[in-house]
Amino acid sequence: MRGILGWGGYLPHRRLDRSAIRPVAGTGGGAGTRTVASYDEDTTTMAVAAARHALRGAPARPRALWFATTEPAYLDKSNATAVHAALRLDRTVAAYDASGSVHSAMGALRAGLDGAGPALVVASDLRTGLPGGPDEAAGGDGAAALLVGSDHDAPVLAEPLAWTSLTEEFLDRWRTPGAPASRLWEERFGETRYTGLGLETLKLALDEAGTAPSDVSTLIVAGLHERAAKAVAARSGVPADRVADRLGAQAGNVGAAQPALLLADALERARPGQTVVLVTLSDGADAVVFRTTGALAAHRPGRTVAAQLASGVPVSYGTYLAWRGLLPVEPPRRPEPARPSAPAAGRNREWKFGFVGSRGDDGTVRLPPSPLDDARHPMADATGTIVTFTVDRLAYSPSPPVVFAVVDFDGGGRLPVELTDVDEGEVRIGGRVEMTFRRLFTAEGVHNYFWKARPVRDAEESG
Amino acid sequence: MGSHGIRDRVAIIGMGCTRFTEHWDKGVDELLLAAANEAFESAGVTKDEVDAYWLGTAQSGMSGMTLSRPLRLRGKPVTRVENYCATGSEALRQAAYAVASGAYDMAMAIGVEKVKDSGHQGLNAFPIPNDGTQRTLTAAAMFSMVAPAYAQRYGVDEQQMRTVLARIAAKNHANGARNPRAQFRKEMTVERLCAMPAVAGGLSVFDCAGVADGAAAAIVVRAEDAARHRDDPLLIKALSFVAGDGSGVLDPSYDYTSFPEVAASAADAYAQAGITSPRDELAMAEVHDCFTPTELVLMEDLGLADRGTAWKAVLDGAFDLDGELPVNPDGGLKSFGHPVGASGLRMVFEAWLQLRGQAPPERRISTYGKRSLALTHNLGGYPGEMVSFVSILGAS
Repeated sequence: MRGILGWGGYLPHRRLDRSAIRPVAGTGGGAGTRTVASYDEDTTTMAVAAARHALRGAPARPRALWFATTEPAYLDKSNATAVHAALRLDRTVAAYDASGSVHSAMGALRAGLDGAGPALVVASDLRTGLPGGPDEAAGGDGAAALLVGSDHDAPVLAEPLAWTSLTEEFLDRWRTPGAPASRLWEERFGETRYTGLGLETLKLALDEAGTAPSDVSTLIVAGLHERAAKAVAARSGVPADRVADRLGAQAGNVGAAQPALLLADALERARPGQTVVLVTLSDGADAVVFRTTGALAAHRPGRTVAAQLASGVPVSYGTYLAWRGLLPVEPPRRPEPARPSAPAAGRNREWKFGFVGSRGDDGTVRLPPSPLDDARHPMADATGTIVTFTVDRLAYSPSPPVVFAVVDFDGGGRLPVELTDVDEGEVRIGGRVEMTFRRLFTAEGVHNYFWKARPVRDAEESG
Repeated sequence: MGSHGIRDRVAIIGMGCTRFTEHWDKGVDELLLAAANEAFESAGVTKDEVDAYWLGTAQSGMSGMTLSRPLRLRGKPVTRVENYCATGSEALRQAAYAVASGAYDMAMAIGVEKVKDSGHQGLNAFPIPNDGTQRTLTAAAMFSMVAPAYAQRYGVDEQQMRTVLARIAAKNHANGARNPRAQFRKEMTVERLCAMPAVAGGLSVFDCAGVADGAAAAIVVRAEDAARHRDDPLLIKALSFVAGDGSGVLDPSYDYTSFPEVAASAADAYAQAGITSPRDELAMAEVHDCFTPTELVLMEDLGLADRGTAWKAVLDGAFDLDGELPVNPDGGLKSFGHPVGASGLRMVFEAWLQLRGQAPPERRISTYGKRSLALTHNLGGYPGEMVSFVSILGAS
């Protein structure tokens, strides 16, 4: 039996209040909040965050990695390899990108479920529309990772009983490569097509699984067409109170990451022996019927989607626009950093991507690792304490000021390191921090990935 | 094995120093020519009489040709050296050891930096290809972490600490105001300095060294040859240099209240010079006040104040021009700015003037005529990972 062995969702720390949009853009906005990736996050770093949640304490290590997004940090060059390096997966573990369309996330999941051995399927997305547009308000940023495999690898927590897929070529939304935002056809066309496709594929999947709408404990309808998703849910035959919240009010629609994120949230709420159905509407429709297993009762997820939804702090609309490159802000009059050296980054891969230091014979932990130490010392999961800190309003940063701290790690090691997801007023000596994989800056098109520290927040610490 | 130094074996017989300022109309060549020619004139020698040259510049030029070309030096050994912000001091160290060894009879140490051509604020290191994981924080932010650490360790409250740092800046501004070679020649009150907005940690722009272009030069010979050139040379008593291993940034026991590299280089220099009680024996000290908290901690690392007491000595005026031990009587980096390759030699230039009675009365050190030793201290890098240079110079 193959199925889902574990999962992890990731929502960035910042929230944009949609009511802040209209006073500036003159149009758009709405009620509620959407998640906003920090200036130092992209789909690759968010994928790492979700994958780390999924793998923390997982009994199986993946033998394949799939990374799906509509907003890849690189083209030509794979992005899954950066995720692979940050997770310190074995070099014999294959890493593949599935990028471009929202639908690629379902393809990656299917490939993971159909393959041999455990696979980690990560979907991550940044949703950006033009200021005042519907995608800006409805979108959200986030990622989700599903660890799939067989019960030989680890206890299966949810088994797919059926998967049906309908493919249909039609134009509802589109974006040419390099364009800042998607364009939409008149709403009713897509609504009509997707509603029909969704209901048809749901029926096929339920029939194949030998179950009925009334047996469904949770129905998830994912897809960028909000009205179509609502219509499918409303006409599915599944009682309204069993239709999963699409998290639009707090997080927004996280695009390619939405199916896995909503599934993660549903599984975190599910009990053993329940039927969870995932319908996705993108260039056709997919429906997957999962049955949760008895092993789910013993499963303790890490940082839950619900806990992350409940945390988060506001970001102003101006800052959001600046972070997205939609509002160029005067930079500090300091030289912009040079692009990192490819050979140097390659040589120091374990340190740069994996945050691996070294340990000397006398127990001294060194960050970065010393060539005189024999023992490598992985530090990505270490937490630490702020010894001292400073706020630098002069240094170059994509989003000044730089908040910087000297961190002493539990179990040894000290690193002066930049902080992120933090307001300068909340930093204090003695504060607790954890490490997070981020994009420090981009120079000459080279994304400079490394680790930063961020405050450990109690509300998110559920495991 | 041992660090023996070259006490009283080498003498400085001539020096030159440009004004340190925004030299929009002068390039590296003009600055080098100005400082070198002043030094030749001061020593009464020609460029051909100087056997070897050491040029200190951090990033205004590469190789000895940065100097040999503008000076039109033919067939001379000219070496460019770099050692972070202690680059100018390093040039002097190499030149002095070269004549002490007997390899050359006369050598010049010259330092220059053309900082203001970069178009950016502050000092910016030339990027060396790397893996992208290095810190990109400003030096101001790195040194800003010293102030709260010091205050916490020694029980100085935030307002007192602010006053202590402002007092250091006010002293250096007051000294610079009297010095025609300084970049900033305006006195600043403690009250005004305390009111400045913070830009890095608790530091304001006025807690930072200025940014200026400049050059300075010294000509050295063996001490026994000095009398042939002048009867009032400056004798080199000690030259010490320590490059840290960077362990401070990864050592949890390092607390940002001292610079061990400085303490080590000071101990070596005092041993070379035979100094046992620096605060009683030194007539003056020129120290690397890149930021006000740096000068505070240096007073303790250089043994000019006991641990935890420098802040009181600052408030008492001990290091003022008319205090017990004047520190940065020329105005320091605070008033001069910091053309990296030149600063170390600029400090020596002030000792050259003060110990030989050449400083005008309005800015003469209180100890003149009573003591005859000067210390110069030059550092590069950051708390926990720095290089440190200390020299002791004597008028007799």
